[in-house]
Amino acid sequence: MSEEQLVEEQLKRNIFLTTVDAVYNWGRKCSVWPMAFGLACCAIEMIAAAAARYDFSRFGMEIMRPSPRQADLMIVAGTITHKMAPQVLRLYHQMAEPKYVLAMGSCATAGGPFPSYAVLQGIDELLPVDVYVPGCPPRPEALIEGFMKLHDKLMKQSIKTVPWYQKEPAR
Amino acid sequence: MTNDEILAKLREKYPKVVVDTPELIDFTVVVKSEALTEVATFLHDECRLDYLADVTAVDRPERFEVVYHLYSVKNQTPGPFVLKVYLEDKGNPKVASVTPIWRGANFQEREVYDLMGIAFEGHPNLKRILLWEGFPGHPLRKDFENRTFTFKELEPTRPKPPDW
Amino acid sequence: MLKTETITLNLGPQHPSTHGVFRLKLQLDGEAVRDLEPVMGYLHRGIEKLSEERTYVQVVPLTDRLDYVCSMTNNQAYAIAVEKMAGIEVPERAEYIRVIMAEFTRIINHLMAVGFLWNELGAYFTPVVYCFRERERVLDLFEMTCGSRMMCNYMRPGGVSVDLPEGFIPQAKKLNDHLKTFVDELDRLLSENEIFLSRAVNVGVLPADVAINASITGPMLRASGVLYDIRKVDHYSIYDRFDFEVPTCEHGDVWDRYYQHILEMYQSVRIIDQALDGIPQGEVMNKAAAKATRRPPEGEAYGRIESPKGELSFYVVSDGSGNPYRLRIRPPSMINLSALKEMCQGHKIQDIVIILGSVNLTMADLDR
Repeated sequence: MSEEQLVEEQLKRNIFLTTVDAVYNWGRKCSVWPMAFGLACCAIEMIAAAAARYDFSRFGMEIMRPSPRQADLMIVAGTITHKMAPQVLRLYHQMAEPKYVLAMGSCATAGGPFPSYAVLQGIDELLPVDVYVPGCPPRPEALIEGFMKLHDKLMKQSIKTVPWYQKEPAR
Repeated sequence: MTNDEILAKLREKYPKVVVDTPELIDFTVVVKSEALTEVATFLHDECRLDYLADVTAVDRPERFEVVYHLYSVKNQTPGPFVLKVYLEDKGNPKVASVTPIWRGANFQEREVYDLMGIAFEGHPNLKRILLWEGFPGHPLRKDFENRTFTFKELEPTRPKPPDW
Repeated sequence: MLKTETITLNLGPQHPSTHGVFRLKLQLDGEAVRDLEPVMGYLHRGIEKLSEERTYVQVVPLTDRLDYVCSMTNNQAYAIAVEKMAGIEVPERAEYIRVIMAEFTRIINHLMAVGFLWNELGAYFTPVVYCFRERERVLDLFEMTCGSRMMCNYMRPGGVSVDLPEGFIPQAKKLNDHLKTFVDELDRLLSENEIFLSRAVNVGVLPADVAINASITGPMLRASGVLYDIRKVDHYSIYDRFDFEVPTCEHGDVWDRYYQHILEMYQSVRIIDQALDGIPQGEVMNKAAAKATRRPPEGEAYGRIESPKGELSFYVVSDGSGNPYRLRIRPPSMINLSALKEMCQGHKIQDIVIILGSVNLTMADLDR
């Protein structure tokens, strides 16, 4: 084989051409760190999703950070009461961009089976939610499907249009 | 000691205190609200009813009822001894607290104060426990209609720092 | 002389080690805790008020969500209270099924209690993963029977809602034999661990008379040396027919509360063995129950059971209409917290965290 052909073969095997967006999003998608924020029954299914049978560590997410400053994803798992709602808002503001919110279960989506004086009917009154996972409680497989949808959403974002890289103040 | 024996001893010691013994599934004794502390001390010390299972309240149309369920751990009796107190004054209901006698009544009386509005005199720390101080109304009363609130409606009632 | 002040530290509602949303205001002198005040209500959902608008059978799914780890026993307590009030009998096969489900629920609750206590101690997640592996096997059985893993909605006033499917009893027997060896393995792995012994022995001691006066029930009371188990005192359901002991421990510290859970798991496995051998054929729901709960007679009743956390009881008041006039739920978790101040005297922050873990709280049960 001539020298040119050899070089071309080596180049084909060792160099990939891609876009900045794809690499950036792939890096972010493979290690979304959730914040350990279980409120009620859905928290137990979230822990079951993290345990041995329905492991979500295969997606890089098993590190549940207790502190909001180090987390990327807030899984609101459980009923939000009016007494707890200001604290949820504070925690959301303490997270650093880029941040996502996943409303797990029907209580976080729309108040669940509790139309009562003490329950906030859905977290989307306060926070911008990216993925809703219905169920009471949703099975661990349903939660993992929610993560897949979040990954899809994440992969579609482009650096030119994401809010945290714009010159004006973000949302 | 069975429940009948306890009632007999109670009638012997405090003759005018028992108001009624209604025919209900559990053995129930209604006493006057002014005599509650004496009766409770008597039941705890002499009749060995040392385990207070439950303190609760019911909102009837004409009165409040405060209900105490008592058991004895030493004697392992099966049926509860139900002690009731009728509060006729619905505008300002209050009754003596049994927390000095049974410590387990602490959180339960706070909950009854929070959700029904009945004040307990002599309680060491009578504050609202499940809802916050500014919440409008007492939810378990029959005249409080159950409805859902939005975040903005309850915003002005919340405690502001540094009180929270 | 030095003038020192105590610091107020907020162990806030969101914390990796409080079981759910629970807040403690601590007054600290350095690291030693001088005073503490619990603040609760962050999960108060108004279940008692909601149940006044529903019929007696519609309340059963609400009771599932009370203590979400043990939903079957919550249903059982409510069913017993309504059956007492309306005078409904339960068929025999249904009683056997109730005992089997209740004891399986006790096992999964104790597994979670042990797992989460070890989370607080710093063995982050390894015991939890072991315990959850077994819990998943029990949840498979639940899903086979009633269709749902956690919120079972299975025990109704008058019996249970559906009969056991074909393969339930062989699979349950196999699982029960496996659980015996698993509890042994857990005991060997965790109980004599040096770090655990030095952190947990003589920490959070609860004397027996304080426990009785503070209305504490369940494994916490028995770990302090008081022999009081509602299954033996009240003779509810058919627990008289089974041969089991009620274990107690002596000192009432954190180690004893942990070991109490292990001992109770052994007894639960025994009961399930006997129940699976003796279960008769028959129907599983009393046909007259539906009519009796549509408009029960006026009256009130107090029905209690030995739930895995303590005494769970329902006080049902009926005024003759189809809805409960007042439903009061006596929460074992809230009342087991009454003696927190006494238990935490003279300890440091790290001890507070494991004492709270050993009380085995579930916030939805505390706040309802």
